[in-house]
Amino acid sequence: MRYIMKKVLSMALTLFVVSICVFFAFSLIPGDPVTRMFGTQATPELIEQYRQKMGLNDPLIVRYFRWFTSFIQGDFGTSYDYKVPVAGMIAEKIPITLTLAIMSFVMMVIISIPIGIYTAKHENGIADHILTVINQIIMAIPPFFSGIIMTFIFGIVFKLFKPGGFVSYTKDFWGFIEYLILPAVAIALPKAAMATKLLRGSVIDEAAKDYTRTAYSRGNTTNGVLYLHVLKNAMIPVITFMGMALADMVAGSIVIEQVFGIPGISRILLTSINNRDYPVVETIIMGIATMVLVINLLVDIIYRIIDPRIEVED
Amino acid sequence: MEIILDVTDLHIEFHDHDKPETVVEDFDLMLEKGEIVGIVGESGSGKSMSALAIAGLLKRHALTKNGRIMFDGHDLLTCDRDILRSYQGDEISMIFQEPMTSLNPVKKIGWQVEESLRIHHKDMDKKERKRRAIEMMTSVGLREPEKVYNMYPHELSGGMRQRIMIAAAMIGEPKILIADEPTTALDVTIQAQIVELLRKLNKEKGTAIIFISHDLSLIRQLCQRVIVMQAGNIVETGKVEDIFRAPQMAYTRKLIAAIPQIDL
Amino acid sequence: MKKFLSMFKKNKATGKRNTYLIMGTIITGLIVIIVLVGLFYTPYSPTKMDSSAKLQGFSFKHIMGTDHMGRDVFSRVVYGSRITLAIATFTVLIGAGLGTIIGAITGYFGGILDEFTMRVVDAMLAFPSILLSLVFVSLFGTGTYQVAIALGISFVPSFARIVRGEVLRCKNMDYVEVARLQGVSDLRIIFVHILPNITGVLVSTIMIGFNNAVLAEAGLSFLGIGSQPPYASLGNMLSDAQSYLFSRPSYVLGIGATIVLMVLGFSFLSEGMKRWK
Repeated sequence: MRYIMKKVLSMALTLFVVSICVFFAFSLIPGDPVTRMFGTQATPELIEQYRQKMGLNDPLIVRYFRWFTSFIQGDFGTSYDYKVPVAGMIAEKIPITLTLAIMSFVMMVIISIPIGIYTAKHENGIADHILTVINQIIMAIPPFFSGIIMTFIFGIVFKLFKPGGFVSYTKDFWGFIEYLILPAVAIALPKAAMATKLLRGSVIDEAAKDYTRTAYSRGNTTNGVLYLHVLKNAMIPVITFMGMALADMVAGSIVIEQVFGIPGISRILLTSINNRDYPVVETIIMGIATMVLVINLLVDIIYRIIDPRIEVED
Repeated sequence: MEIILDVTDLHIEFHDHDKPETVVEDFDLMLEKGEIVGIVGESGSGKSMSALAIAGLLKRHALTKNGRIMFDGHDLLTCDRDILRSYQGDEISMIFQEPMTSLNPVKKIGWQVEESLRIHHKDMDKKERKRRAIEMMTSVGLREPEKVYNMYPHELSGGMRQRIMIAAAMIGEPKILIADEPTTALDVTIQAQIVELLRKLNKEKGTAIIFISHDLSLIRQLCQRVIVMQAGNIVETGKVEDIFRAPQMAYTRKLIAAIPQIDL
Repeated sequence: MKKFLSMFKKNKATGKRNTYLIMGTIITGLIVIIVLVGLFYTPYSPTKMDSSAKLQGFSFKHIMGTDHMGRDVFSRVVYGSRITLAIATFTVLIGAGLGTIIGAITGYFGGILDEFTMRVVDAMLAFPSILLSLVFVSLFGTGTYQVAIALGISFVPSFARIVRGEVLRCKNMDYVEVARLQGVSDLRIIFVHILPNITGVLVSTIMIGFNNAVLAEAGLSFLGIGSQPPYASLGNMLSDAQSYLFSRPSYVLGIGATIVLMVLGFSFLSEGMKRWK
């Protein structure tokens, strides 16, 4: 329990630091938001009036705390371009991106674990050699390219889905999930290849350790040693990787959403980056940062459950 | 006396390099019920390899094995893998040199002590298994066995871990316990305690022990018979007192001379 | 150089060749040569449009076909590879350069500075690299140079971490102690005595760096926030090509395959160097 409390506190601290970095970075860039809002219609009086109204003349620290307190209360500010609250703009989009990331994660896990175990078990066999080469190649294929190839094969040649025919989860939940399968595969493939490679190496390393000999001496079968003894140890480094991969997938969804025409947070993020609509960019970055930190926290907790040695090292 | 293990002409050869390398040649051992036999020799003399062969723990590839290891009417070198496994941990147990790494770091002590029971006595219920584990842990001299039962290996000292290894090996009340340098990695005081414990278990349970060491003084304390090995061959064998009184081979004399002169 | 060439010989102990290293060198070498030749000669001008030859498939005349404006895709790929490689090189230079300096100094001196820097580095490393570069792109604006700088900065933490670890390992070795006793200055110890000893790790890390930089650059320009036309990089071109997936599916292949080969070359190189040791 103390371990978890400690991790939660450290997460809160990191998030605080991230928020400072994000806020100050975006406040220090040249360019005045009010001028930016009114463009050519801006007159000095109008600008001054709005600066007062938005509190932009206050010191940076004051503005930061005002921004931070409203942020944690769920008020993310107003978009410069659309003049609507950012919260409303992204609220429907988050579930889409998050679903995509989670589906990719599940696929990575179900692809990599069996193949990783199989190739480790049959180390240096024919299947192992072939899969190792395939793995190395898959790692080099960026998801946006494999996504395009899959669109062509499954969308245009076999007509198994309609490219660009995204359905919202509010209308047809299973249709929504179905549309996300290929994008999820595209995101999952290179990560699954890396996880497979890592797991294979990890199982082989662990299988050479002394405790496996002890396990055999008690009459375990090869599978007994593998599944009851080796696997839990071998998963420790893999879990770290998978946590990082999940965080990567949240961010990686942004690219793949473009390929498959999925209206997640990607489009809003990209237009607001191009238009320098900072409240939107800040919110999305803080949102992804929070997700990443929560994922890290979960990984730490799982870690603690699997590896009893951790608390001692602290 | 009843002979429970009969090893004849054991020959082990490694193949992982270009030239095959013989590590054990013509190893013979007849083990009587309840006796303690020592195998002594320098590192690389083939004593551990012979022990691993008897325990059925030599990997099946990268080496060839010849000869016979007769136990309970089966030749452990050629018999079915299932038959071999049915003896491992139940009739023939083994403890190792490195108590720090021989236990699984992410499994609870209790789970590891009980493992042989779980494998060989599938019908035994959980409570009975735990009762036996606690009993065994008590008899290897662990204080607060209930508490240790739920601990992990890293929370214990090397000596305690070796006691756990012994408890796990003895829980199925095996006929043979193979102890491969079980005290080498431990402090001198703890060494003596472990040797004393092995003697006690041998007396109480009637388990025969094959005790492997490079330290003749330990063998002298514990064993009735000794086999002296050098470069894969048995160079001398006989009763411990005979060998100490009148060593036949120069190599044995060298080993005796190497014992520090603080006789116990 | 001799040391480098010896990498291609059979390993004496195992009698095996380092296939990864050989393949990596061949692929990367080929791409670099084509890009270098492309500085002086491409089959067609990458910008020359030909309205009579739009969206053609693979042929001997146009080995990767033509695009929607009738431009020769292969010539454009050669040109785009140059941009991608240039940005990747710049990225790795910034990342490895700054990262090495920061990692070496914090690792060698330790103390509060080290503690603080590593906290920041860890916080940055916790974030997906694409997000980090998006943050920097939105700060610096979109464009070729901005993206190169943004990617470069987002690569600093991983290099800093690795170099710091290596410096910590070497810091208390005998040869460093001896140098210190002889009164050699700290900076000289770091850069003349320690760094040459960690080149092995550094080179393999740089190769992975290239691998990741190519992927990141292609991803960003695919999103349209990387380098901008007329400096179209491979990612921009792939994004263009996707629009013609119906009418000319093979259009994406040449471009995509080039990205994959480029990444594969670097990943084989780094894998090969790891196994060589």
